[in-house]
Amino acid sequence: MPEQLVFAMEVFLNGLMAGVLYALVALGFVLIFKASGIFNYAQGVMALFSAMTLVGIMKGQVPFAHVINAIFGTDVHYFGWTVPALLAIILTVAVMVLFAWAVQKYIFRHLVGQEPIILFMATIGLAYFLEGVGDLMWNSEIKKLDVGLPQGINEAIDNYTFNIFDYGFFIDNLDIVATLIAALLVGGLVIFSQYSKEGRAMRAVADDHQAALSVGVSLNFIWIMVWSVAGFVALVAGIMWGTKSGVQFSLSLIALKALPVLMLGGFTSIPGAIVGGLIIGVGEKLFEFAIGPMVGGATENWFAYVLALIFLVFRPQGLFGEKIIERV
Amino acid sequence: MMLDSTDSYVTEDGRTIGGVVMEMKNITLRFGGVVAIKDISFDIREGEIRAIIGPNGAGKSSMLNVISGFYVPQDGEVLFHGKPRPHMKPYEVAQQGIARTFQNIALFEGMTVLDNVMTGRLNKMNSGLLAQAIWRGKAEQEEIENREKAEKIIDFLEIQHIRKTPVARLPYGLKKRVELARALVSEPSILLLDEPMAGMNVEEKEDMSRFILDVNDEFGTTIALIEHDMGVVMDLSDRVVVMDYGKKIGDGTPSDIRNNQAVIDAYLGVAHD
Repeated sequence: MPEQLVFAMEVFLNGLMAGVLYALVALGFVLIFKASGIFNYAQGVMALFSAMTLVGIMKGQVPFAHVINAIFGTDVHYFGWTVPALLAIILTVAVMVLFAWAVQKYIFRHLVGQEPIILFMATIGLAYFLEGVGDLMWNSEIKKLDVGLPQGINEAIDNYTFNIFDYGFFIDNLDIVATLIAALLVGGLVIFSQYSKEGRAMRAVADDHQAALSVGVSLNFIWIMVWSVAGFVALVAGIMWGTKSGVQFSLSLIALKALPVLMLGGFTSIPGAIVGGLIIGVGEKLFEFAIGPMVGGATENWFAYVLALIFLVFRPQGLFGEKIIERV
Repeated sequence: MMLDSTDSYVTEDGRTIGGVVMEMKNITLRFGGVVAIKDISFDIREGEIRAIIGPNGAGKSSMLNVISGFYVPQDGEVLFHGKPRPHMKPYEVAQQGIARTFQNIALFEGMTVLDNVMTGRLNKMNSGLLAQAIWRGKAEQEEIENREKAEKIIDFLEIQHIRKTPVARLPYGLKKRVELARALVSEPSILLLDEPMAGMNVEEKEDMSRFILDVNDEFGTTIALIEHDMGVVMDLSDRVVVMDYGKKIGDGTPSDIRNNQAVIDAYLGVAHD
């Protein structure tokens, strides 16, 4: 087998796994957009915030330590205990549910029926607010996140491919785990929305608010639930990216990577978010591999956006989005 | 005939009409300076078909929206089973067993007919998320029961052939029927129908009239409906409230209404001096 093709295969596999992580972030957007028509700009910051909270809880950090020290002249930073990863994750989920409740109660309940652009602006405000709260609560240092996920080269794949191609593929264990978890998460979400009572109510709200009210569904409850689920998805994405490259401000920028994924997959489709993520992940890696050297590299920075732009021209509703036809 | 609020009587066609289940007391509803409903009182008796009629803009839909909790009146109160009803959100009213349909059809367009009807059972599902996840015992039992109820109503309203069709593809008349099915499947004690026959042709109107009578007869459901078509209303209903410009101008049996001068004036127009 020609050497170039073997390299391309490795790049392809790595692209798939990067794509899964993009899809994970995009999923959070889709959930909220579907149920409430809000494009949640804060999704990326939610991932950052949840990862910071997770690290903070695990290390036993005192929340708002700076503020407490400044006011009372104390010097507390740590409680002096550490919390096991699983318990910390459960506590972080609780924090994200609380966040969902607060967002609904103090922001979006007052904006029901407003223009989409106003809701969008509210989420931008929310994003910066949450970022500030996160820094204040857990300080803004770059943190290491280790919840015990395996990391480093997968020896088995390395050896296996070496025997076949005389060249060992470099596949990170973390990427494999991320793929499995993302697959589980997506499967779980689909089952939840198709077969559970709450899922049925969620789809009802997404389809028609008035009709949902008339069959006795509380919009408020469903919206809190959806924001909670989106918070959970953000946490999963935060754990994956945080483990990979540390918990730091740039984590919130993955939200920008999710935008082209959404344009490709469609804003209203869960499978669309997955397929879109994979296409972007694979596309940008292969493009960088094949075309990158000719144009001086760094194509990963813009490839996704150009692809999304092309899609906007030829298929504005995305691959799986609903085409809206207005009868005249 | 004068009746007390607890009296019951038997109609000419042999149905028993019970005591008052719902009473509107001096309801006034304003939108800014516009008075949509002005000091209106009337009651609904158990098992009857109660019509609210009136010309365009009379405030009929507003009245229905007050009953179903979509609008909150500035004055007056709603009595349900004799007790004043506190301010309630529409979904809480629905949970109390008051189902409704909409003038402009509010269905879940992306779902199939069966799924739409099943949403009408959402309030009858009690098992928690965890039980559903494990999918055992109660949750399963509930799902089967709800499905049975849904299929029964689907049969009853003769929409079996479109069970699996997405609602968005259905013609108008069938959509109206699906909406009725969704309201009915929740086994409501009161069913509110907002212009169930608007925009239908004669044949569809006849079908819908038959279904309304059958529902009332078979399940004993109390029905309050708004309708434009005088002929249909007179044939269907036991008692009629007539509204004009937000005021009540008549209340009684169809024959009372037919001979009411104020009603005739409102419908046919009258020369003002």
